[in-house]
Amino acid sequence: MTDTPAPIRVLVAKPGLDGHDRGAKVIARALRDAGMDVIYTGLGLTPHMIVEAALQEDVDVVGLSILSGAHMTLLPKVTHALDAAGLDHCVVVAGGIIPTDDAQILTQTHGVDAVFGPGTTTEEIVTFIRTAVARVRAQRP
Amino acid sequence: MSDPQRRADAIIQGDRRMLAQALTTVERGGADARALVRCLPALPEGRVVGITGAPGAGKSTLTTALAQAFRARGMTVAIIAVDPSSPLTGGSLLGDRIRMYDLAGDSGVFIRSMANRGRFGGIAAATADATALMAAAGFAVILIETVGAGQSDVAVADVADTILLVEAPGMGDEVQSIKAGLLEVADVIAVSKCDRADAAATLQQLRALVQMQHPSDDAWPVAVCGVSALQQTGIEELTDALLAHRSYLAMHPHTARALHRRRVHLQRAIEIQLFEAVGRTSAWQSAHRILTTDSSANIDSLAQQILAEWRRSVD
Repeated sequence: MTDTPAPIRVLVAKPGLDGHDRGAKVIARALRDAGMDVIYTGLGLTPHMIVEAALQEDVDVVGLSILSGAHMTLLPKVTHALDAAGLDHCVVVAGGIIPTDDAQILTQTHGVDAVFGPGTTTEEIVTFIRTAVARVRAQRP
Repeated sequence: MSDPQRRADAIIQGDRRMLAQALTTVERGGADARALVRCLPALPEGRVVGITGAPGAGKSTLTTALAQAFRARGMTVAIIAVDPSSPLTGGSLLGDRIRMYDLAGDSGVFIRSMANRGRFGGIAAATADATALMAAAGFAVILIETVGAGQSDVAVADVADTILLVEAPGMGDEVQSIKAGLLEVADVIAVSKCDRADAAATLQQLRALVQMQHPSDDAWPVAVCGVSALQQTGIEELTDALLAHRSYLAMHPHTARALHRRRVHLQRAIEIQLFEAVGRTSAWQSAHRILTTDSSANIDSLAQQILAEWRRSVD
């Protein structure tokens, strides 16, 4: 009965003050079409609210869309709060307008697993998430 | 996973992370889920409110408003928000949290989104187990927000003590409501969007209707409340009505519905355990192979073969 693996659960959130969620919705839809359970939380969440939602929903992945320019402040806050809540197994991916230099700092020192800029195909994102979650699930009991 | 009794104890102690992981376990089903559910205390009657109604009737908005009203009365609230799975890919987009923004950050509230995995009736297969987990965690009220349901989607009555039907104004004439289905199982009816001009007529029709419905003296008198999330009206009256029904249930623990629910739970437990046992037979495995290669296979005789093998294994 349980030979099919549990669907990947993804929280898609927009941290901070940023009113554009078309990108986030496109990604949410693409992940749904890839067979994942996508919990879409809408706009204007604080890092604390995102982490609490990730905990309650027991997600494998937190996807953060940010276009406001506040990524260097908000994204580390989310990843550090995830770690503090014991949710360091969550794969964190970010999308939006994030310059390459910033992306490098976020992935190398702030625990963001991947940053996807404009032009990324949804297939790339789906493949990355599947691979990363498979790796994490294999390590967990 | 670790010892089910230890997990159950941690949930009872209020470990939210453990609760969240346990909800994943029951959603996944299987032996781990059964073992965990067996360690939980019996679900106390009266805590579970099922919120149902047509898509767009205002269920999510009302769920949020009710959760706030219960919180204001000092009660903790757990919410199970069910959304549909895609019939094509099995994936789902669970968006109820968007409207529950105002509840984020309150530690007395726990929200869990669930995909219905193609199950009919507006709830997910694991909903009953999920409510047992949330009750074990000590939440005073458990709100189940169903998939926008049609007239005959009454499965929520299998898991909820109190059924709240949300009706938007102008959804059809009186005859729609006299038909069998949701309206028959509703304990409390909320007419949403009562800031709209046509709401008064809907309220009046539904009130007239429920008065026809209950001839016996000690039957619960179905309450009909008008609410408006926009103008923030009617929520207190609705909360009162839900709590009144809870008191009614406490005084009448053996209503036909309560008995029905216990029977359904028993039947479901048997189904799950039987299915798990049968799933271990080799006939089950070979039937799956046959299904993928032979589109004209006789399903009924396949089932017969599987059950025959299972019976031999038990004897």
